[in-house]
Amino acid sequence: MPWTKIQADDSRGRVRFGGGERPERELSYREAIREALSQAIETDDRVFLIGEGIDDPGGVFGTTAGLRERFGAGRVMDSPIAENGMTGVAIGAAMTGMRPVFIHMRVDFLPMCMDQIINHAAKWSYMTGGRVKVPLTIRAVIGRGWGSAAQHSQSLQALFAHIPGLKVVMPASPYDAKGLLLGSIAGDGPTVVIEHRWLYDQKEGVPEGPYVIHAGKGAIRREGTDVTIAATSYMVYEALRAASELEGEGISAEVVDIRSVQPLDEGLIVGSVKKTGRLIVADTGWKVCGVSAEVAAVASEYAHDALKAPVKRICLPAAPTPASVSLEKAYYPGIEAIVRAAKGMV
Amino acid sequence: MPETTIESCEVKRLEILSENGDADESLAPKFTDSQIRELYETLVRMRTFDGRALNLQREGRIGTYASILGQEAAQLGTAYALEKRDWIFPSFRENGVFVARGYEMYMILQYWGGDERGIKVPEDINMFPISIPVGTHMLHAVGAAMAAKYKEDKTVTLTYFGDGGTSEGDFHEAMNFAGVFQAPVVFICENNQWAISVPRARQTAAMTIAQKAFAYGFEGIQVDGNDIFAVYKATKSAVDKARSGGGPTLIECHTYRMSDHTTADDASRYRTKEEVEAWKEKDPILRLKRYMEKKGLWADSYGKQVDEDAKALVDEAVKKAEAVEKPKPQDMLVYTYKELTPRQKKQMGDF
Repeated sequence: MPWTKIQADDSRGRVRFGGGERPERELSYREAIREALSQAIETDDRVFLIGEGIDDPGGVFGTTAGLRERFGAGRVMDSPIAENGMTGVAIGAAMTGMRPVFIHMRVDFLPMCMDQIINHAAKWSYMTGGRVKVPLTIRAVIGRGWGSAAQHSQSLQALFAHIPGLKVVMPASPYDAKGLLLGSIAGDGPTVVIEHRWLYDQKEGVPEGPYVIHAGKGAIRREGTDVTIAATSYMVYEALRAASELEGEGISAEVVDIRSVQPLDEGLIVGSVKKTGRLIVADTGWKVCGVSAEVAAVASEYAHDALKAPVKRICLPAAPTPASVSLEKAYYPGIEAIVRAAKGMV
Repeated sequence: MPETTIESCEVKRLEILSENGDADESLAPKFTDSQIRELYETLVRMRTFDGRALNLQREGRIGTYASILGQEAAQLGTAYALEKRDWIFPSFRENGVFVARGYEMYMILQYWGGDERGIKVPEDINMFPISIPVGTHMLHAVGAAMAAKYKEDKTVTLTYFGDGGTSEGDFHEAMNFAGVFQAPVVFICENNQWAISVPRARQTAAMTIAQKAFAYGFEGIQVDGNDIFAVYKATKSAVDKARSGGGPTLIECHTYRMSDHTTADDASRYRTKEEVEAWKEKDPILRLKRYMEKKGLWADSYGKQVDEDAKALVDEAVKKAEAVEKPKPQDMLVYTYKELTPRQKKQMGDF
């Protein structure tokens, strides 16, 4: 199969940003995604892209720009505006062996697809004893700022992570964006890849060839001994900035990039908490029943004896995103909240 | 500027075999005698299976079951028009289609008995599993058809749904995608007049369901759904058209749900005995039998033999279904993902 060689060579999947060997060629997060999509299409005849506006000159924040010109309308397909319809069509194609990548400019459009995702994509493998696979990749973007507001900037990872049968990954770096996307396309089941709009201009060294990172692996972004900050997506950067500031205060913070929300790399989180004895979870989503709750529960279940302080969670308050700039500033917690939480624990 | 008619559509209805068994030979498909017998025998097998499944449910030996009584011709006539390589996306009432496609009857019973291993479709049968939510699978059929078109493999996809399913948004989306992408898909609406207790008139103000196809840019036709010749002919023509690149077709099989919606329903609370009685005369199996009598293809001994053979096959299936070993609790976890997640690994130990 076209992916065997790429999957077998997973040594590159161990490269970590913020340490380890780094290729010299730098790519932005958006370029890394576009490269992953191009290489997937080139590698495997069964891969096609579908989504509203993906052949637009803007190309979903630049991530699909030029792909239709390069690969044709058969592989890069715009469609009638029907999110649920497209999901069903992509699932049907995946059930017969295709590997669709279904692209949404906003994760907020996914609630229109929930029946197809939850009742079908997530279920067929289980309901058929593994006979029917749905190798479907759904890319969705968390918006933020510019008054994106209540219906265009949600962070819905917990909704999907709750459903057995779905995988949910949240790449924070260009390297991970490429690897996790290719890993998802190469995989056998449905995966929701949640990107963050504020990350598209992030740059780092990215290998030129295709490589895969499979869901289920977190990554340590910075080592520390006093407190673990487990973060998702954009919050990884806030955590890293907070860790630098804490260093000046004599507090050594370890930053865990959760990277895969479902499956969660429980071993990595538990190991880190056992080492530091303290846990802060910083998530881009809501606090109530969110990813932070699951991570905190894992620490409570498997590292309780090591905890020297109650777990703190830096997440969104239980309200929709405000459009007003002043309210938005208050709404999104960041580095200050993380620093304050850490100081209160150590 | 004058007002002009820029588009109009004609809605056709096809009938070939009358209630008393007379066929319009100019329209009838060119079946051989042995094909006619094969059709009759399969119809009887479908009905025998269905009757037994209802009884098994009443005896508490399987779970809730959706009967196909009265809809056998709509199911067989459509399935019979397909090649082995073609794909079917069924709704929950296509038990007859499963039988017609050679699906092991014991597995159908196993499925309705609550054991999902019954729907692990064998590799050599191109059928997708039953979709329980109403209408959602039509989109899968369109996606599969679009994939077939992309792969240029000349397979056709056929999907079944009821009159109730046409009220779902998924129906609109599936029809629209099929039209826009000229997908090689055939939509079979088994309009059985009732969606549980909601009558056909409450699903749409349109005179027919067939006419909805025109708004999506392709053909729709209504057929007498209890007339296996008409059902077959319309389906065969739609399948041939799809295979040769002519795009989708909607076929409305005008039929009647003789039984309750499922065993969890009691239709006598919302429809009259007279209505049901009137449809008894239109029975699809009875009319094929009458046709065979007129054609000299019938003998009472033959009819008896067909009944007995069907009963024996179903008896065997029941025995086999009930002898299947129960699944292990761990099986719940193993097929959700290709590999167990860390949490699932821990949960394996809970059983």
